[in-house]
Amino acid sequence: MKQGVFTVRENIPLTDSVYRMKLEGDTSSFTNAGQFLNIRIDGLYLRRPISLCDLEDRIITIIYKVVGKGTEDLSKMTPGKTLDILTGLGNGYDLSLSGSHPLLLGGGVGVPPLYYLAKKLIEDGKRVSVVLGFNTQNEVFYEKEFRALGADVIVTTVDGSYGKKGFVTDAMPHDYTYFYTCGPEPMLKAVYRSTVTEGQFSFEKRMGCGFGACMGCSCKTITGYKRICKDGPVLKKEEILWEN
Amino acid sequence: MGKLNVNLCGIELDNPVIASSGTFGYGYEFAELYDINCLGTFSFKGTTKEPRFGNATPRIAEGPSGILNSIGLQNPGVEKVISEELPKLKKCFHKPVIANVGGFSMEEYVYTCKKLDKEEQVGWLEVNISCPNVHGGGMSFGMQCDAAYAITKAVKEATTKPVLIKLSPNVTDIVSIAKACEDAGADGISLINTLMGMRIDLKTRKPILANVFGGYSGAAVFPVALRLVYLVAHAVDIPVVGIGGVSSAENVLEMMMAGATAVQVGAANLLDPFVCRDIVRDLPAAMEKYGIDSLSDLSIKQGAK
Repeated sequence: MKQGVFTVRENIPLTDSVYRMKLEGDTSSFTNAGQFLNIRIDGLYLRRPISLCDLEDRIITIIYKVVGKGTEDLSKMTPGKTLDILTGLGNGYDLSLSGSHPLLLGGGVGVPPLYYLAKKLIEDGKRVSVVLGFNTQNEVFYEKEFRALGADVIVTTVDGSYGKKGFVTDAMPHDYTYFYTCGPEPMLKAVYRSTVTEGQFSFEKRMGCGFGACMGCSCKTITGYKRICKDGPVLKKEEILWEN
Repeated sequence: MGKLNVNLCGIELDNPVIASSGTFGYGYEFAELYDINCLGTFSFKGTTKEPRFGNATPRIAEGPSGILNSIGLQNPGVEKVISEELPKLKKCFHKPVIANVGGFSMEEYVYTCKKLDKEEQVGWLEVNISCPNVHGGGMSFGMQCDAAYAITKAVKEATTKPVLIKLSPNVTDIVSIAKACEDAGADGISLINTLMGMRIDLKTRKPILANVFGGYSGAAVFPVALRLVYLVAHAVDIPVVGIGGVSSAENVLEMMMAGATAVQVGAANLLDPFVCRDIVRDLPAAMEKYGIDSLSDLSIKQGAK
């Protein structure tokens, strides 16, 4: 983890409520896809944790949905604005377990962390299949960006307005060797039930600090109590205990 | 004696800056970021007799300049704290540390305090009779003078190290409770713990915290804490540790002017993990700015043991 000052280089809408921001600064504390950053926003007491979508030299890409005051303020920031950010947070995905044909399953704003993961897996010579799930056509983003990486991409929409109708679990290929997923909890549960291999899940929880100090985002797992921010956000399938 | 040094219940601190229990873990998360030996000391995560997962999540909500938490004393229990956490703490922190203790009965408080009292690195015991987030214990002992007196007396009789009693602001008369603790033999008073509060999600119309209520802390509570520190410090003869919304060197000076012998920094650690280091760094300049030669002369409690 590092604390640094980053400069907004781009902040553009991808859909009605989802934005992509590029930030320039010292990115050296990121070691893994699936990690996150924690952004201080003027006038708000707590930082806002957002997953890492892409990393290139000194540029971080994040994709976020406007859901409240913090993300609304973020969406109004213009290039040149500087932000105090904690970087390199969380464990991230373990790429070493992927096998030759990993399957990536993303739902809504759970899609972004899978982008950098797909990029790294493809760099490692893996055949990567991606299923991106959204509610409806005008919420779809990043389909072509994943294709540009060289991944096989399937898009699902719940209402059938674009791609395959249904959930990500309705469109999974059958020959995958391992899976990685991120999305809303009902989707994660469906993935847990539908997948036939081992895999890794990235979780979201309300956090206090984001670096393991406050115990605000604890969860129970088969291997004991874990902090989503520090011991997660990625948990392996075999350690997950669903609380309800 | 340096100009930043203070004496807390007979133990010299290099400076009055103490990271508060529950915001600093067992120190090692922060030791990855900077040498935490620059602190006066810190109070490690509240320890109970048995392991505790704590409350259901969400446990965190936000308010204007503050954080609402309902962690519920998550900790691995005193045996594991001693066997697993304190050895890790010892590797990164080489000064006496404050052991913060929670409980649900007199017997539990005494049990946990006795165990931690035997640990070499423990300099002080800080008995939390003010946790707002657990039922059937915690704060209930800090709500009434006789219960506060009884806990303090029992812990004092069972231990050898200085005992600080950590008080809740969620009471009608904190001064009487502080006096009861002093009468029972407390070596110092820590205050304040968090202020009870809640938030409701406008979209779901339900409380944000799974526990419904939580404890509010952060910069927003500083003036409230300062007043209570002032009242208690002027009413008891034992040292007072000022806690509540401290986030700058100036806040530390203000707390000490109100009567605190040392000052804890809590919620601020969660936003800015370097804040304690920076406060220690900034203290000499702030002292010079306000014409303060020595911190130990500042507090009305100087000389109190």
